[in-house]
Formats: sequence, C-alpha cells, structure tokens
Amino acid sequence: MKQEYIISAYSENHIGLLNRITIIFTRRKVNIESITASVSAIEGISKLTIVVNDEKEKVVNITKQIEKQVEVLKAFYHTNEEMIFQEIALYKVPTQALMESDKLEKLIRQHNARILEITPEYTVIEKTGHKEETQDLFNGLVEYGVLQFIRSGRVAITRSPIEKLSEFLRERDALLEKMESRRSLRTSKK
Amino acid sequence: MTAKEKESRRSKRQNEDITGSEAVIRSLIEEGTEIIFGYPGGAIMPVYDALYDYRNVLRHILTRHEQGAVHAAQGYARATGKTGVCLVTSGPGATNLITGIADAMIDSTPLVCITGQVGSHLLGSDAFQESDVIGISMPVTKWNFQITSPDEIPSTIAKAFYIAATGRPGPVLIDITKDAQFGKLKYKYAKCHKIRSYIPEFPVNKEKLNQAAVLINEAKKPFLVFGQGVLLSGAESELKSFIEKTGIPAAWTLLGLSALDTDHPLNMGMLGMHGNYGPNIKTNECDVLIAVGMRFDDRVTGNLNTYAKQAKIIHIEIDPAEINKIVKTDVALLGDAKRILRLLKLLVKKKKYPSWIREFSQAHDVEVEKIIQSELNPTNAGLSMAEIVNKVAGLTNNTAVVVSDVGQNQMAAARYSKFSTSRSHITSGGLGTMGFGLPAAMGAKLGMKDREVVLFVGDGGMQMTIQELGTIAQENLPVKIVILNNHFLGMVRQWQELFFEKRYSFTEIFSPDFVKVADAYGIPGQMIKSRDVLESALQTMLAAKGPYLLEIMVEKEDNIFPMVPAGASVSDILLCADDVK
Repeated sequence: MKQEYIISAYSENHIGLLNRITIIFTRRKVNIESITASVSAIEGISKLTIVVNDEKEKVVNITKQIEKQVEVLKAFYHTNEEMIFQEIALYKVPTQALMESDKLEKLIRQHNARILEITPEYTVIEKTGHKEETQDLFNGLVEYGVLQFIRSGRVAITRSPIEKLSEFLRERDALLEKMESRRSLRTSKK
Repeated sequence: MTAKEKESRRSKRQNEDITGSEAVIRSLIEEGTEIIFGYPGGAIMPVYDALYDYRNVLRHILTRHEQGAVHAAQGYARATGKTGVCLVTSGPGATNLITGIADAMIDSTPLVCITGQVGSHLLGSDAFQESDVIGISMPVTKWNFQITSPDEIPSTIAKAFYIAATGRPGPVLIDITKDAQFGKLKYKYAKCHKIRSYIPEFPVNKEKLNQAAVLINEAKKPFLVFGQGVLLSGAESELKSFIEKTGIPAAWTLLGLSALDTDHPLNMGMLGMHGNYGPNIKTNECDVLIAVGMRFDDRVTGNLNTYAKQAKIIHIEIDPAEINKIVKTDVALLGDAKRILRLLKLLVKKKKYPSWIREFSQAHDVEVEKIIQSELNPTNAGLSMAEIVNKVAGLTNNTAVVVSDVGQNQMAAARYSKFSTSRSHITSGGLGTMGFGLPAAMGAKLGMKDREVVLFVGDGGMQMTIQELGTIAQENLPVKIVILNNHFLGMVRQWQELFFEKRYSFTEIFSPDFVKVADAYGIPGQMIKSRDVLESALQTMLAAKGPYLLEIMVEKEDNIFPMVPAGASVSDILLCADDVK
C-alpha cells in the first residue's frame, strides 16, 4: 500500500551528494514530493528530508541505497505519525482585496496566518502547517486572486528527545576506533 | 637499497614542492600500482608528461580505445585481486570509459579511473572536450570526485583506493582539472584507513551467527550457493572447509566460478539460466538455502514468486543494501564472507547427506544423457562450442585462466571449462558487455604472466573491441584468442528461434577474415572448420610463445541448453528445444 514516508539522511557536506541521492529515486521512477537540505544539530553534518509517497518495501530499499553512498552517515525512514513536521507557504494577493472588505482579514485570522508585508499593490501572507492546511488557505484565497504562491519542502524532527544521529555517531566513533585498533594489531603482527 | 635507505629517501621525497601531475604518479606508486591502462589526450597531458619520467617504474599500456583500457583494467583486477587503474583524457576519453565503469560497478570490480578535465575556469562553459564526467559517472561509480586544486591530489587518490578495494569493491572515478595538474603542492602521502561515513565491513552479529548455525544443524536438505563474494574476500579455503565439515552440496553463480575446484565432490555445478540441471531444480527442493557472497541476480533466480519458497534462507553478504533486496532472508549475516564462514564453521556439526547428494548426481546423470554427452561428442559435422571448450580444458590440464565474452561463447565457456585454481574465470556477468573479452584477456595476462590465458569470444563480440589486437601486438601479450564463429549473434538468434518464431531479425553477421586481420597486426593464427584438426590446432595455439588467434567455424544454429526461460521458475528448466512450449 502506498503511503507518505519521510526519509531523513545525515551526511557529510559534499558537492554532488544531493545529485547522487536523487538519482536513486529517478532510477526507480519514484517521485520526490518534497526535499529540504539543511544543517543538523551536529556541526558539519547536513540533513536531507525527503518526502515520498510509495510502498514500504520500496522506501526501505531506497533508504538502504541512500545509506550506501560513501558520504552518507545514516538514513532513516519514518511515517508521518512518527515525526513532527511543518511546511511553510507564502501567498501574494492584491492589497485592494484587503481594503474592499474584512473577509480576507478574517480568513487570515481563521487560518492563523500572518501578514509579512503590505504595499499599495500587493500583500504577502505567510502560513506554516501541514500541506492540507496551507492548501486550505490557498483555496480560500483563490477568489481574491492569488498573484503568487509557494510552498517549501517539509522540515521534520523525530519525537525522541535527541537527534537520533548523536547516538549513532557515538556508536560509529567506537566502531571506527575498534577498526583502527584491529588494523594496527594486524600491521604490527606483520 | 636497505629498508633504512629506502625510508630516508622516501621521507626526503615527502614534503617536496612538486606538480599535481607528479603527485598523481607518485600517489599511484604509493598505492602499489604497477600497471596503468590508458590513452593520452589534451586535458591529461601534464600527467602523461610526469609519467614519462616514471616510465621504468610504472608500466603504461596504450590501448586502442578507452573502452579497451577500462576492460583491461577490469581483467587485471579480476585476475589479481588488485585495483585496476585507468588514465584517460576529458570529454570523449572519459565517456568512453563509462561502459566499463558500469560493468565494474555491477560486478563489484575495484577500479580507480583518472580522467583529465579542462581548466577549472572553463568548467561548465562547454569548452573543447569538456563533459560533465562527474555527473555522467555518478550512477555507475561507488564514489567520484573532481579535483580542482593540486593539494587535493594525494588525499583524494588515497581515499579512492581505499573506497575502491574495501567492503563491496567497485569503481571510483577522479576527475582532475588541468590547472590542478599543472599547479604545485607540498607533497605528502598518507594512505587512507578510515572514513567516518563509510564502514566497509560491519562487525559480525554473534546472535545471528547462532541462529544460522541452528538452521544449518537441523537441516535435512541444505544447499549452499555462492558467488563472487567468495573470491573477493579470499574465502576459497574457508568455503571448502565449511562444506567439507557440514557435507553440504554447493553450487556457484557465473561469477563464483573457480572459487572451488570443479571436481570437488561437493561442487554440484552452476546456477542460473544456463546453469546445471541439478543446482537449479534442487534450489526449489532444499530446506535451507545458504547464499554466500551472491546477490540473487534475476539470471540466477528466475521467477522470484516460486524461488526457493520452501526453504529457510541464510544470506551471507557484505553489502547491507543487498539484504532483502530481492529475496527475503530468514537470517542475514552481514559482513565479510571469509570471516563469517570461519566463525560459522565453529558452530556447525560435522555431517553427511548421502541421499540428498545422490539426488544431485541423479539430476546430473539426466543432464549428461540429454545434453552434455551429445554436446561433447556431436554426431553432426559442425563443431560444438562445448567440445572446443572441453578440449582446451583438457589440453591445459584445467589450469588456464578462462576469459569469455558474452553470449553463447560465455555460457559454453562457463559450462564446460574446468577449474583447479581460484580467480581463473573472467567474464562480464551483471552488465553482459559484449566486447569485454579481448581487452579483459589482455589485462588478465598482464596480471598473471605465468598463467595461460585463453579467451573464448564470438564473432560478434570480437568485432566490438577488435582494435585491441593492436595493443596485444604492440605489447606482445601472449593471449590465446579462440573465436567461436557461428556467423550469428548466437544467443539472440537462439532466443529468436525459441521465442520469436525463428524470425532472425538482424542477427546474421558478416565478419572479416579474422586470421588476415590478425596477420595485419603481425599476430599468427589460423582458421579451422573440422573436428579432425581441432586438437592439433589448439596445440599449435597453446604452444605459441606470443599471441595467437584461432578462428573456429562452429555449428551455425546450435543452442545452449539447459535453459531457464526468462521469467520461468528455476525448477522449470528446459533440457531441449522440444520442451519450449
């Protein structure tokens, strides 16, 4: 059964890595619903948040292929329920609509949106929320004439108290140390 | 020179100001590179200029096409276990490598490919011979990197060799801009031993090891299938002692060939589309299937919905992304095959399965009667590929390195060669690259100077990389070339015969007089058509000091059997054309 999954990949910051990762989706003809590249809580480590709508089996396979890339430290997949997530949307409407009646102002209040900028020609509104919520506001604004609209990629964090990666990095450091000591043992034997 | 002198010379030479180009060459030498396969051109000329001063230390083989260079590097890597190295120019030089890189990727062959690139100020400007090699090669490389500053050269090359050879090996590409080659750096080389984001081999999970041992110890009809992972991890003796202790019958994939002696009593033969009858049908009868260093390619599994459904599956595999990718496993043992087999052997019981083994030999008898007997002793005038391969095996006492191209020649070579030494079978498996054979045989010979290297190639594949006869002649490489000429693209013709109502759409192929072509290069050879001169012709070929080309006219419309038709179950393997519905 197809459903929405959020894939998060933690990686070294490396030119071209984004390309390497998106190729994995292209090759399997899986559409990327949204993608966000960002810094993580850990210095020097980037985080990609990718939203896809597909079967679990395929998502698991893709997550492993992402993790296989040399610069990727770890990749996780989650269902929407397992994460707290938001998207941000910006809407540009004619200021005249705001002046003509209070309906537009009420709509903005109802949706908990806020006005970023008002000029004589246009007004820019901002709303954060889930896709359905930002879409709802868009639908409400259509009658006033939406001059421009944009929605960001998803940002998401897990419900656990710390970034999963910090735990992972501790284990990774221990593993690398073990590898190193085993290697020096081998070379000293020679 | 004493070790001390060597060390002091080395440290003196470290920390010097040298050009990026010289750093490339010195870094390759630091990594133990002995041979480079390459082709010069504008954007790589500085490196070639530096190579000129090191030409006595580092051998360079000038191929006739970059595809020849990369396949030769693959052949070298597959024969020796070392990392193959290619050096080519930007643009077309680099794009000509792509087929071989893709081949190395799917067949897990360690390669370091160095491509020249236009100056960094010209990147992205459609400059002469500029192409986005990093972009193009991304999906077919294990890792790639573009160097734009000379300081990056030693550390990137160190990283490249580490990534190419460790874990599941694969091809790595380094693109070096011309200004980085010309620029100077303080040279200091340190080998790479770890990368934070890359763990080549995970520690063995003891609990899973125990679970696997329990399954194996309780099995009534266990079956072990192994692939190239055994060769790549050097686990040949561990595999042998594991099956000998447990008494478990084993079968190899196409790329697992030669990891165990052909004549070992527990070696049941080859799996897959044109593999042996027993291993294919018994896959669907065993109760525990132990897969070692193989990735369940569709040419091995046939229809997945009916593949080994009755069996518990243990998968010994180094690449985490292969676990559960194709076949759902009951116990996945992640890690190096050598280490896992050694540990697992300690936990399994000594056993024997005489009646289960007898089932295999009964299946083998069926195959001998229905196929092998007539293939090896044909009654019609035309020569069969099988009898030729078999004769070569006999005359070389099963000691040759057998290289094959792709198609019927490949399947005949795999089915009828016999192996007594590891790393003695080189072919393009996953990608099925026609034209792989001739250059790969050159590379194998350069890596294995003391071994006889025999190539089996079809008339089609031979013409795909025939230009490499020039390389063989120039370097006087004693490669023994056996062209199995049936005047057809044989495997495609076979499918047309069996599944496309004999509509031979563009599979009849004209060939030049191969012996004359060889002669033009100064390579001796002859063409034969009949059985009575086969042995003497092969003897002449094997006795030749240098390269030799033997063209053999074979039966035109012969088929390779048995066959698991595409999409069929392994247990529905066909023994003859009449079985095709």
